[in-house]
Amino acid sequence: MKHLVILGAGTAGTMMANHLKKHLKRPEWRISIIDERTEHHYQPGYLFLPFDIYDPEDIVKTIEEFIPKNVNLIQAKIDKIVPAENKVVMTNGTVAIYDVLIIATGARTAPEEIEGMKGEEWMKSVFDFYTFKGSLALRDKLKNWEGGKLVVHITEMPIKCPVAPLEFAFLADSFFKDKKMRDKVEITYVTPLSGAFTKPKATEALEHLLEEKHIKIESDFAIMEVDNETKEIVDYGGRRVPFDILVTVPTNKGDEVIERSGLGDDLNFVPTHKATLQSKAHENIFVIGDASNIPASKAGSVAHFEAEILTENILRYVKGEPLKEEFDGHANCFIETGGGKALLIDFNYTHEPVEGTFPFPGVGPLRLMKESRMNHLGKLAFKWIYWHMLLKGTHIPFVSATMSESGKKYDK
Amino acid sequence: MERTIAGKTIAVNDEGYMTDFKQWDKSIGEALAAENEISLTPRHWEVLEYIQKEYVNEVPLSIRKIGKSGVVDIKEFYVLFPKAPLKTATKIAGIPKPASCI
Repeated sequence: MKHLVILGAGTAGTMMANHLKKHLKRPEWRISIIDERTEHHYQPGYLFLPFDIYDPEDIVKTIEEFIPKNVNLIQAKIDKIVPAENKVVMTNGTVAIYDVLIIATGARTAPEEIEGMKGEEWMKSVFDFYTFKGSLALRDKLKNWEGGKLVVHITEMPIKCPVAPLEFAFLADSFFKDKKMRDKVEITYVTPLSGAFTKPKATEALEHLLEEKHIKIESDFAIMEVDNETKEIVDYGGRRVPFDILVTVPTNKGDEVIERSGLGDDLNFVPTHKATLQSKAHENIFVIGDASNIPASKAGSVAHFEAEILTENILRYVKGEPLKEEFDGHANCFIETGGGKALLIDFNYTHEPVEGTFPFPGVGPLRLMKESRMNHLGKLAFKWIYWHMLLKGTHIPFVSATMSESGKKYDK
Repeated sequence: MERTIAGKTIAVNDEGYMTDFKQWDKSIGEALAAENEISLTPRHWEVLEYIQKEYVNEVPLSIRKIGKSGVVDIKEFYVLFPKAPLKTATKIAGIPKPASCI
């Protein structure tokens, strides 16, 4: 019997288990998925926790309830992958031998990369909202905060969900307006990029929104340290930005198991072919979601589109057929802009986000790159879609894995 | 588009980055540096040669990587090419702006 092993039971790994169990069946195949955790978190929900829009129970479920019965769920910490022997070693001494391996170990925050970030002020006036703990601590801090300088900051790229820090700034604006204290809060958005986002047209639209909401932007800021005494972030060029609350997105890195296995780049992301999702170093190792180094956004929607294509490629691989070079970097992200509105962007490796309608050309109901109430409802509905469709590997109707160009206003 | 610099014609994109590294030579580098208010010292050239070598070998560039290269640390990189060092250095070196950001 052949063995397919999936490392990581987060968004991407769970989707792959659900897709593949329909195709790789006993007695020829068995499928195992390994994760040390017992909880599955809806990570996009971390954004909403600090503003009391979601409660913790909205975003936490068990891993087990999303893993199909005929897939073997192993709860253990992975020590390392030994590609030369096709094996995965766990810290409890157990070994799994694989024919095909899928790495879905994700990305995590590494605040220790920046001097002073995890210093005395960590979780007192320096927070992240990319972890459950950080997000909850921030919620408690904001509850009784009387105002001052709020700095929303990105340490370095790439990060998971590159629009989330902008959404945080927009939601903060809205939150303090509702509390009738917006005039007591100065919001500054600090980024290592030259502008609000990585793609020119979206940057223009988003910078307009920042201005409208009186959020200052400090761009090209490469952080050197967090000064815990003066409560400032300092960049290599000597620029200093003072804060009363710093909401930072620390450096994002791949899992430490990737480093221990010698499979990653300098940030522990696995070098991966961007169109096939096969790892560059080993032909029976595939990589999906945030764990890879492909130049696509690290986001659940990307993992969803990848999963449809990777499933097909794994079936081709086991039959000895050539892989399809089909993944185009498709990403689809809602951007909360506060006040019950949101933007929607849809893009891929070669096409930046533009205006238009989605998913039905000329009809919508969602509008691309424009704020609307409908987009906000779409974002809220996405939580339901995530738990009930996305993780189970159900195809989302009318939204294809590769990006569609119709209904969009590209410059000719 | 095309422009003339140091008496030569080069192809550039709308942000002023050269689109054909083969057209680059040291006199162009000097002229591009001058436009960015930098006068190149031997130390600048060491860094520029390093990033050009990485580019030719198709190694993606980032501030983090340059800091760990052993050629220059991030602080000195900022002293040599103030404000946005990676963007300025790649422009002078005649290579594309690094697409480190997704």
